[in-house]
Amino acid sequence: MARVVSAPAVEGVSPVGQAGVGPPADLPVGSPSGGSRFWRRLRRERKAFVGLVLIALLAVVAVIGPAVAPHHPDADDFGILEPPSLAHPMGTDSFGRDLFSRMIIGTRVSFSVGIVAAAAALVVGGLLGLLAGYYGRWVDSLISRAIDLLWAFPVIILAVGLVAVFGAGFRNVTLAIAVAYLDDFARIVRAETLGLREQDFTLAARALGATDRRIMGRHILPNMVAPLIVQATFAVGLGILSESTLTFLGLGVNPATPTWGLALNEGRDFVRQAWWISVFPGLAIVLTVMSLNLFGDGLRDALDVKGVAERA
Amino acid sequence: MTQYVLRRLIHSVFIIWGCATLVFFLLRLIPGDPVIQMLGPEYTPEAAEALRRKLGLDEPLQVQYVRWFGNILRGDLGGSIASGETVTGAIATGLPKTLSLAALSFLIAIVIAVPAGVAAALKRNTIVDYAASVVAFVGVSMPSFWFGIILILVFAVWLGWLPATGYAELTDDGFVEWLRRLILPSLAIGAGYAAILMRFVRAGLLEVLGSDYVRTARAKGARERTVIVRHALRNALIPVVTIAGIQLALLLSGAVVVETVFSIRGIGRILVGAIFDRDYPMVQGVILLVAVIFVLANLVVDIVYTFLDPRIHYG
Repeated sequence: MARVVSAPAVEGVSPVGQAGVGPPADLPVGSPSGGSRFWRRLRRERKAFVGLVLIALLAVVAVIGPAVAPHHPDADDFGILEPPSLAHPMGTDSFGRDLFSRMIIGTRVSFSVGIVAAAAALVVGGLLGLLAGYYGRWVDSLISRAIDLLWAFPVIILAVGLVAVFGAGFRNVTLAIAVAYLDDFARIVRAETLGLREQDFTLAARALGATDRRIMGRHILPNMVAPLIVQATFAVGLGILSESTLTFLGLGVNPATPTWGLALNEGRDFVRQAWWISVFPGLAIVLTVMSLNLFGDGLRDALDVKGVAERA
Repeated sequence: MTQYVLRRLIHSVFIIWGCATLVFFLLRLIPGDPVIQMLGPEYTPEAAEALRRKLGLDEPLQVQYVRWFGNILRGDLGGSIASGETVTGAIATGLPKTLSLAALSFLIAIVIAVPAGVAAALKRNTIVDYAASVVAFVGVSMPSFWFGIILILVFAVWLGWLPATGYAELTDDGFVEWLRRLILPSLAIGAGYAAILMRFVRAGLLEVLGSDYVRTARAKGARERTVIVRHALRNALIPVVTIAGIQLALLLSGAVVVETVFSIRGIGRILVGAIFDRDYPMVQGVILLVAVIFVLANLVVDIVYTFLDPRIHYG
């Protein structure tokens, strides 16, 4: 499955190259904080900016979804398999439910699974990578071999296997996706730690008697925030893709929950009668994952991160 | 070089051993009694006892573990609980379909990705380049199973050109029928794969085009076509081989999901079906098989890589 692949930067767009040369002319005098410099770069990175705006819009939909959905997602008193119309912009499904409302509610599920899974993978994978990179020797061997093992299973196969054992449902699906993507974070953090461990500032901190915990927390981790943010952005998108895949296979979150993957599962069965059930949920997934990929890609250019994974 | 290959080989053996161990514990990790889970409504204490004995679950763990490995080495993955056929037998009927699907997807991806990547690199920062970039972004962000459904919708339902589902045997039904049934699922998987490869072809070619040997080739008066194909592309494709190998997982997992869309009974469909039947020996067998294929494929890619680029030396 994996995939630590340094994807090619798209040149011509990236202003990052000049970052080291000196402050661009339009910067105010004085030293801008790291945060404001970051926003300045981000705004120039068209891809990241477009991605961010789209993500923000979708996040708003996810949060206020139930309030703005025209109908209750489970209300089934409409015509069955009605094509898109003004009353039902995305048509109705085979139970006579409004597809548009279900897609809106589905946004929340997708984002929840994606974000929680990515966060869990980040924390656990990051911790493993940090310990492996920092302590080296047998700790590294042990953790690295375990990570190699996870890597030997394609993500979807691993997630399917875990769901097969522990059962479907929101918690288990999220957990399975988190485990499947954990090795990416572990690899990145381990590699970064190996480099940072030998830096002068780390050695100085150690010479001054700082504890291991302090060195890791104050000197090593803060220096790898950039690649982790980029990786986490991709991971949320991949998590959403994986969730929809598992749900499509019937191994996802609760079958009563309106989700994009579930709608597609039904769309497959009614592909001859109702094209809209297949088309719209898929477009929702593509739009969401593409926004995250655009943002991650632009962010990678803006932060000048190398060697972050892009994978299946 | 020999040493490197040998070391990679040993590493792979260990990884496969680890995978087998993990898959062994998969069955034992099932919350509650797996036998009760498997029998479902047909549970009786006698049936449970019989099944437990059949699966060897009544023996001590270490005995089970040793037997599991002995069986794997002999190619015996046990019997399916749902259908009574052997796991190896089921895999033997499913694997050729999955491999055909993966191979054709790979071919389609290359046929799309290389010309598109070359065009994007040569026409850099033009409409061609931007269009390719947008298409690639969509391709990467698209679930293969959804694209499969859309392909069915367009080519089977609306245009009626191709069959929507099913698989035709190459030996029984001939090449044309085989291809007719396999082209849509392969396209569904190949599209996302092509999107990733395309970006690397483009980036690789751009990098190589600025190099000294390309300038030298031009200086000595080689035709542009020769420069691109013989000098630039050949070197640009080296990293693409690695990416192609690394992303093999995409083909395999893509096949697993897309088989469900197109009702092809390859190992993916078998796996999903086995999960619903709680046919754990089958689930174990397929997952182990996929992991082994994946590890071996990566090993081959690594070794091919060293042959492709003699400049690379491994200590």
